[in-house]
Amino acid sequence: MESFKATKPDWESIREDFPILRQEVHGKPLIYFDNAASSQKPVAVIEALRRYYERDHANVHRGLHALSTRATEAYEGARALVAKYLGAASADEIVFTRGTTEGINLVAQAWGGRFVREGDVILLTEMEHHSNLVPWQMLAERSGARLRFVPVREDGTLALETLDSLLTSEVKIFAFTHISNSLGTINPVAKLCRAARAVGAVSLVDAAQSAGHLPIDVREMGCDFLAFSGHKMCGPTGIGALYGRAELLEATPPWHGGGEMIVSVSYEKSSYKNAPHKFEAGTPNIADAVGLGAAIEYIERIGRSAIFEHDAELARYAIQRLEGLPSVRVIGPRGARGGLVGFVMEAAHPHDLTTFADRHGLALRGGHHCNQPLMKKFRLPGTTRASFYFYNTTAEIDRMIEILDAAVRFFS
Amino acid sequence: MNTDLEDLYQQVILDHSRRPRNFGEIAEGAVKVHGDNPSCGDEIHLSVRFGADGGVEDIKFAGQGCAISQASASLMTMKLKGKSRSEAEAMLRAFHDLVTVEVADPPKALGDLRLLEGVRKFPQRVKCAMLSWRAFEQALTAGSGESAVTTEAK
Repeated sequence: MESFKATKPDWESIREDFPILRQEVHGKPLIYFDNAASSQKPVAVIEALRRYYERDHANVHRGLHALSTRATEAYEGARALVAKYLGAASADEIVFTRGTTEGINLVAQAWGGRFVREGDVILLTEMEHHSNLVPWQMLAERSGARLRFVPVREDGTLALETLDSLLTSEVKIFAFTHISNSLGTINPVAKLCRAARAVGAVSLVDAAQSAGHLPIDVREMGCDFLAFSGHKMCGPTGIGALYGRAELLEATPPWHGGGEMIVSVSYEKSSYKNAPHKFEAGTPNIADAVGLGAAIEYIERIGRSAIFEHDAELARYAIQRLEGLPSVRVIGPRGARGGLVGFVMEAAHPHDLTTFADRHGLALRGGHHCNQPLMKKFRLPGTTRASFYFYNTTAEIDRMIEILDAAVRFFS
Repeated sequence: MNTDLEDLYQQVILDHSRRPRNFGEIAEGAVKVHGDNPSCGDEIHLSVRFGADGGVEDIKFAGQGCAISQASASLMTMKLKGKSRSEAEAMLRAFHDLVTVEVADPPKALGDLRLLEGVRKFPQRVKCAMLSWRAFEQALTAGSGESAVTTEAK
């Protein structure tokens, strides 16, 4: 394993692991640059799902038969893989969810429902995806707490100089994204977590855009909660995980009631299991958890540092090429950034551009990227976004530039 | 070049999106509707002045958005100005059919609006073409004052 990581990954042969990329769209070779929305799946993950359903499936944690034992081992094995992947102290700190959104809602509803009161402050940033904004608005409405936002500077970075005045002792939770899905900004998460802890606030990291793209160690980072989605990192849709520090998960009451999460039930009252099981009512998404485990093993074989360098290099190259086109403005920071580039073109609206690109086999995303308030702040009707993963190539970026160049001529 | 794209973005449509006609606001005596397409951020501010007989005396729009939404609004205002209420209602129905269902022979009365037929091959863009018409439909319903309409079902 170590010697494998020491050599540079063979990106060309890695690309061959993704059958979906070998196709034409509208008669043109597919270029998939919508990875920030969802990544594609390697054969290893597709096969893991197939193997699980062909051989091992039964319900977990209750059957005394062989298949139930195997399914339970596979499911709990996947939890252990997630724990190791995030550097958690124990697998008990990992709750399986449907994805980042559900993880954040769990914290906002169950933890927030118990600990956030009228007059408290929920601190967010101006660059949050709707999934790390709306659940807190709902909590604020229910509890009477107030929302505050760390401003975003024109260059797409957080205005950290405002932190001292915003992160006061009234703040109960500080929730922020690791990598912005529209700007590409990488936030200094360890610093933000430390700052939160210093005032006694709980921290939550939205790792939707980072979990599959760079090494994460929750203990080094010092976060209290961290949520991510499997489907953005080679895993199946409908599965993700929430990391919660043991002490916090223990203090958090269950949120959904039902089977699987109880110890004993009478007609009047029930007692609950410990974390993480008290948060997983009903039959869980066993197969996709197993698929997520396979995705983690796949990513770890390549190495997250190598993936990060590869994607960042693609982003740098894309910015350089985009700026060679007439009247293109790239959004977001010039320095370190994740593997995605948002831009606007004078010649065409993002939706016209993405329609044009699609007809040339190029999958881009155009619109507000679930960042409506941020787009409004920057006075943008939306942007066009190209987001990369390790199976993308500079040759694909060259082709994107040709297509965008043709779009400029077509629309002006 | 791709034929579907050329059907969608015909020269007349690109021309209307770059130089929209009847762009602006009617200062007095108009029904005003703010229409938006929240999923993509397209916006239109439509003002319509109806005559005593319910006909469309004057109609203007302002707004921002993709080429399809802006061109559709521009073409719509040109077509509806001076039409009786029943003619305008018939046109609303005919246009909706044009961009959503296969019409063997689109009514000639639609004129240049028929150029938007290409939208049918791009299901995600139907809302863009329909935005201004939804606003007009709302203006017919409201009959006065200011109101809002969205392409998203509430």
